[in-house]
Amino acid sequence: MKTLENLYRQIIMDHYKNPKNKGLVDDPKYHTVHIKNPSCGDDITIQTNVTDHHVTGVRHEGSGCSICCSSASVLSTIMIGKTVEDAIYMTDHYLKMVANQPYDETIEFEDAIAYQGVRQFPARIKCASIAWQAFKQSIKGKE
Amino acid sequence: MFENVKDDFPVLINNPLIYLDTAASSLTPKTVIDKMNEYYMHYPVNVHRGVYELSHRATQMYEHARTVIAKYINASFDEVIFTRGATSALNLVALSYGMDYLNAGDEIIVSELEHHSQLLPWQNVAIKKKCRLVYVPLDDEGRITVDNFLSVLTSKTKVVALTYVSNVMGYITPLKPIIDAAHKVGAIVSVDAAQAAPHLPIDVRDLNADFLAFSGHKMFGPTGIGVLYGSRHLLAKMTPIELGGDMNDNVEKDHAVWKDAPYKFEAGTPPIAEALGLCEAVQYIKKLDITAIANHEKALAKYTINALKKIPGITLYNPTTETGIIAFNIDGVHPHDAVTAFDQDHIALRAGHHCAQLVIKWLKVPATLRASFYVYNTFDECDQFVQSVIKARDFFLSVGF
Ligand SMILES: Cc1ncc(COP(=O)(O)O)c(C=O)c1O
Repeated sequence: MKTLENLYRQIIMDHYKNPKNKGLVDDPKYHTVHIKNPSCGDDITIQTNVTDHHVTGVRHEGSGCSICCSSASVLSTIMIGKTVEDAIYMTDHYLKMVANQPYDETIEFEDAIAYQGVRQFPARIKCASIAWQAFKQSIKGKE
Repeated sequence: MFENVKDDFPVLINNPLIYLDTAASSLTPKTVIDKMNEYYMHYPVNVHRGVYELSHRATQMYEHARTVIAKYINASFDEVIFTRGATSALNLVALSYGMDYLNAGDEIIVSELEHHSQLLPWQNVAIKKKCRLVYVPLDDEGRITVDNFLSVLTSKTKVVALTYVSNVMGYITPLKPIIDAAHKVGAIVSVDAAQAAPHLPIDVRDLNADFLAFSGHKMFGPTGIGVLYGSRHLLAKMTPIELGGDMNDNVEKDHAVWKDAPYKFEAGTPPIAEALGLCEAVQYIKKLDITAIANHEKALAKYTINALKKIPGITLYNPTTETGIIAFNIDGVHPHDAVTAFDQDHIALRAGHHCAQLVIKWLKVPATLRASFYVYNTFDECDQFVQSVIKARDFFLSVGF
């Protein structure tokens, strides 16, 4: 059912209130991507470090709604340790999942599965997507 | 007041929608839709071109729309230019008058209340022509006052570009004394009336504005049409910014001669159905009576503000608004989160910076919620809206905001 409770899951609120890996680093090894959604004011910066084809660091900073800010934190916790290929694959399917398109349901999304509820709220797909889009750009820029 | 008015709006029939986003776009009454259909059904041909009967009819209807709108704002026929909307109209003023008549060192007065469509064209002129962009200091409530305006008016002021009604705060700018003072130093005044035309009687002669712009879609009209009023003597000396068909009298290999205003500013095929639609929208406003409309919205806003004031956890940014616009937030809740809760209750309102980032920065918030009222809103809807605010606040508190 389309209820607010389906959108504002506990995991999302936990990351919103106590974000992980928050704050940017001044380290040239990190690749930085900044995405702004001017229509709603969401503003997210993602930094990624890749070593030996593995994501070894993700940092984020920004302002926006709870869905946007929490998703940056969630993604940072999931991605560290993944191979670049897995990270990109998961990002592509996460973006499909929140946009209510067919996606690979066998993926272990960990905490990011909480954003499944977003697909019932088309107006919020952007909020759940921009941190992940920035992440994808940052990791591609790093390769 | 306006008991059966909802029946005039097809989108409201058998729809639980509570529409509180008129400041973005108003809903469209059936008469306006019918008028545009009439054009496409019965004389869907170009204007000013064909010498056949049908084209004559389309041209007559298009020019009739201009006559009705000119009369409505107390302008002359040739002072009413049809544009794509307020944005195009305001850009026309800056790109033509601003670029041709401003020089380095001249001052342009704007305010932090301006919509980007009024601010950015003049910011651009200021950069390109090396003029100084001067901001009227807003008072404690975020208003433009006559005294604050006078404090920045100088002999170097050449243009005053201000909004008539703020699209975020709903305040009415005291334009008459401002325009009088601006004229005394030889400045011209360009008024953004996008939020005024739907809610206030507009009299360009009484106001003595040099330019005044508004959009159809905020005043029951269609999208894609707006009006620029320009005083005749200024339009006469201005050059068009778009060149093309219809706007010229004579074309030679190395030069061309423009038509007189308003036609020299209407290059290409205009939005014909939309002009007829806007004309019909003006007739609809006249039927309902603009003063009655304004009083109705003000009453709804006042009633809602009084109720919201009693709710802990709500911040109101413009409790003294004189129009139907309320800017507020639920404390600790980003407006985009809040708006989803209202959407669940079929209440449409706006969250964001409303294309007026400077006033949002002035308020020192990331964004605001905005509720705006029009004739189709009722006191009962205000009650439902207030209940929805309380429900939303409680929900977000409960999940840990
Ligand atoms: C005060 C104000 N000025 C200008 C505009 C621009 O109008 P439009 O988008 O129709 O060109 C708007 C509407 O968004 C507005 O509220």
